[in-house]
Amino acid sequence: MALNKNGIAQRIAQEVQDGSYVNLGIGIPTMVANYVRTDIEVEFQSENGVLGMGPFPFEGEEDADIINAGKQTITTLPGASFFDSSLSFAMIRGKHVDLTILGAMEVAENGDIANWKIPGKMVKGMGGAMDLVASAENIIVAMMHTNKLGEPKLLKQCSLPLTGVGCVKKVVTNLAVLEVKNNQFHLLERAPGVSVEEIQKVTAGTLIVNGEIPEMILS
Amino acid sequence: MINKKVKNVEEALQGVQSNMTFMLGGFGLCGIPENTITELVKRDVRDVTCISNNAGVDDFGLGLLLQNKQIKKMISSYVGENDEFERQMLSGELEVELTPQGTLAEKCRAAQAGFPAFYTPAGYGTEVAEGKETREFDGKMYVLETAFKADFAFVKAWKGDAAGNLVFKGTARNFNPNMCGAAKITIAEVEELVPVGTLDPNDVHIPGIFVQRIFQAENYEKRIEQRTVRK
Repeated sequence: MALNKNGIAQRIAQEVQDGSYVNLGIGIPTMVANYVRTDIEVEFQSENGVLGMGPFPFEGEEDADIINAGKQTITTLPGASFFDSSLSFAMIRGKHVDLTILGAMEVAENGDIANWKIPGKMVKGMGGAMDLVASAENIIVAMMHTNKLGEPKLLKQCSLPLTGVGCVKKVVTNLAVLEVKNNQFHLLERAPGVSVEEIQKVTAGTLIVNGEIPEMILS
Repeated sequence: MINKKVKNVEEALQGVQSNMTFMLGGFGLCGIPENTITELVKRDVRDVTCISNNAGVDDFGLGLLLQNKQIKKMISSYVGENDEFERQMLSGELEVELTPQGTLAEKCRAAQAGFPAFYTPAGYGTEVAEGKETREFDGKMYVLETAFKADFAFVKAWKGDAAGNLVFKGTARNFNPNMCGAAKITIAEVEELVPVGTLDPNDVHIPGIFVQRIFQAENYEKRIEQRTVRK
């Protein structure tokens, strides 16, 4: 069965390494924090100016001056810090942030990503996404395998305006875990009960299937 | 001590005119210069260019200037959450220049620090880089971005003193420090104007040299855009 959004977040959480600084985008990526192992040390950075982000506050404890990049009220953990936008992007551009997890509308087999604009329809802006994808050493995309019309989002070439070029390393969808390398999508894992054929059918980019593809293990 | 203190927002905004370029601090509705925005609406300055990460929501923040059709051009990184903005943009009434967030911050900081331009990897290979000079350093491609030029920077701080020293709180800091001294005149509104000498020099985030006018603001609404709590 295909994963829901929580399942995608749960699978991506397994990619988060001990001792890493991680930037989470809006949507599914934000949910990743809920599933990171509690026996490892990870600090979450939010590009609006906080490192050491904690969970949402309890009702009545919200502070309008402490929010994340999604403009949601948050808390901070011991050891947290606040800083200005320029310094925040120095952390990102300077590769001090180890892992970026973000959503996408399209990903191409060469690692291009599009997630900020649908010409004539939706123009909300790129926010920090262009800085993040241009700089991060490790970028994981969290998204549904297809769009609302059931069309593939893993393509030979992006059709929407790009956010960044050749930058995505890994994609986790509701159906699969894929590595992006050598201008191809390499299938690493399947969602429980989802067949390789089903994944193949909704992947428009080149899909490499090497040997037996294991199912994702979600504890 | 060089005194930067002015009586109120009316006095602070002396010289503000139509057709000028403003920088406004804030991320979403967090850390925006609320008092200044209210006064700009009242003064009805028109055809202004606003450099601000976001454009407020329909009925708060910069959304108020948009409703009043005072803005000619917005330079922002993210403008969702605002229907009037979208309407004006799609109809062509409003000119919009979308800029990656880190580039936006650095274009402010470059102006503050006296750099005419800088190279950034952000936006390379995208429409943001169209028409801009690009250059390779150590095998990676970069885009040349230029510093902003603005007439006024409007910032909001938590505490400040008459010397113009500023202290920010939480994530309300965001773009505010980067905009101080990045325009011809920087005006700071503060929640608490404290007597000179009470701020520990070790704790000052922005030294007064970057600020020309400071005033005690009032009646902060501090609206929360996405109130999210733990279950």
